[in-house]
Amino acid sequence: MRTSATGRVGQYLALLAYLVFLAFPFLWLVSTAFKSPRELGSLRPGWFPEDPTLANFRQAFDEQPLLRAAGNSLLAAAGAALIAVLLATPLAYVMARHRTLLARAATGWVVVSQAFPLVLVIIPLFLVLKNLRLINSLPGLVMVYVVWALPFALWMLVGYVRAVPVELEEAAAVDGAGRLRTLVSVTAPLLAPGIVATGLFAFITAWNEFFFALVLLKTPEKQTLPVVLTHFIGAEGVADLGPLAAAAFLATLPSLLVFAVIQRRITSGMLTGAVKS
Amino acid sequence: MSLTTEGRGSEGRGSEGRGGARRASGTGPPRDLVSHGAWFLVLPALLPILVLSVGPLLYGILLAFTDAQSGRTEPTQWIGGLNFRDLGHDTLFWESFRIGLVWAVGVTVPQFLLALGLALLLNQELRLRWLARALAIVPWAMPEVVVGIMWRLVYSPDAGVLNETLRDLGLGDGRDWLSGLATALPAVIVVGVWAGMSQTTVALLAGLQNTPRELHEAAAVDGAGAWRRFRTVTWPALRPVALAITALNFIWNFNSFALVYVLTSGGPGGRTRLPMLFAYEEAFRYGQFGYAAAMGCVMVAVISVLLALFLVGRLRGGDRA
Repeated sequence: MRTSATGRVGQYLALLAYLVFLAFPFLWLVSTAFKSPRELGSLRPGWFPEDPTLANFRQAFDEQPLLRAAGNSLLAAAGAALIAVLLATPLAYVMARHRTLLARAATGWVVVSQAFPLVLVIIPLFLVLKNLRLINSLPGLVMVYVVWALPFALWMLVGYVRAVPVELEEAAAVDGAGRLRTLVSVTAPLLAPGIVATGLFAFITAWNEFFFALVLLKTPEKQTLPVVLTHFIGAEGVADLGPLAAAAFLATLPSLLVFAVIQRRITSGMLTGAVKS
Repeated sequence: MSLTTEGRGSEGRGSEGRGGARRASGTGPPRDLVSHGAWFLVLPALLPILVLSVGPLLYGILLAFTDAQSGRTEPTQWIGGLNFRDLGHDTLFWESFRIGLVWAVGVTVPQFLLALGLALLLNQELRLRWLARALAIVPWAMPEVVVGIMWRLVYSPDAGVLNETLRDLGLGDGRDWLSGLATALPAVIVVGVWAGMSQTTVALLAGLQNTPRELHEAAAVDGAGAWRRFRTVTWPALRPVALAITALNFIWNFNSFALVYVLTSGGPGGRTRLPMLFAYEEAFRYGQFGYAAAMGCVMVAVISVLLALFLVGRLRGGDRA
């Protein structure tokens, strides 16, 4: 597409504005995390720390059990991602390949489940988990995360399954491969990258989740990272900004790293799932 | 997304299904095996969905008609529509509901417009596009709690970059954005827009890459300006995705919790108390499970009606255009 020179300049200016808007809060977070307490106390904080220090990080680890919280988050997120993918892949396969009533009901559930406010789900779940003695336990949280991650996992996986040509499976069947054999040695390898991307996405979703963790985990030893982060903010909303920024920065790193890995696949997953007709 | 693409998707799948049947009658066995094996494949996911999602939803709706409370020893009783009658008189709830609608519309509309602009830019052959693409996704990857914390730092009255910039520009001394009665809601709305732009941009970009490039070029050759090309070529192709993501955004925003919980916890004086925060407090601070469930039901009902109106209106509008 040819665009005039002034048009081009305008486009670059607009892009620059977007870049600034998107990046500045994060840059400020990083900058705050490395500032010395003296600098944070001054009334004229600058964009860059004058003498960068790790003091905030040390203080953050002293004040809150960040490592344990990260461990809890890791367990909950990895467990949920693994189970969600194991459960979702077969169902997604059926939803993509067969037009049964069941497949349509599952699609309907994926849509409807997005519309319900979490409060309507969490109260009954809280009561059910309480009866099962799974309140304040990571396995209980994992169960909730699995179901919570399923809709989007199904959505993505259905797209990936559709991208695998049926003809390949049929060819395998013609060659005498049984149904299971076809699935394992033809479909699964082609689907693997999509499954990994879906699992990693489920991992981030669970790693970042806050509401369920807030309601279901009561004792500090069990709490996940997002819940522990909020402890840095005192009852009156007064926060020690340095350690708060340091801890928040650290908590974000895993999500950013994983997202960097799957970024392209997420986009293409949405593309195939959302747009392909 | 599935809201509107479902229609298109099912046509595609319909033909696939017929094709599959035709092929199956040729080869015989596979189809049978599939429909038997299907249960095998479906059951592992179906059970947790039924037990932990569909079941609780129905249970939640039933709870709205009871006087369920947390930690009570007496058995829970049916009280019919009493919760809903009480809710009708609960001015605090309706105020919170009003704030929720202002927030949802205030976030969803700019979110869509900004994301559309960004997606159109990212769809161009611009330098630094890779950087912009990567940055555009960052908010999506961040935990909502961290987004809230980050913006608290930005808005912080003393050490915040916003007030600092205002001072540098000589625009006064700045203010305490999140505790000001007038500024709190607009301030959190800006954060909501920032946080949700990513997903919208990615979805719209995916849609844009699906628009017919040849048509675009043909229109350009015919002398159609950028705006005309957008209206006649890009928008018709993008509309289903745009509608779906806007509808989803509206639902997600109306039901959002973590961001505002971290930013203001509903304050000052309830000015940012979204319905989810209200219901959360009702359920888990005051233990009024039944009443909070009734709030959830009202939220679903109103949102469904609004969305139905929106989608029907949009789809009709599309037929005329």
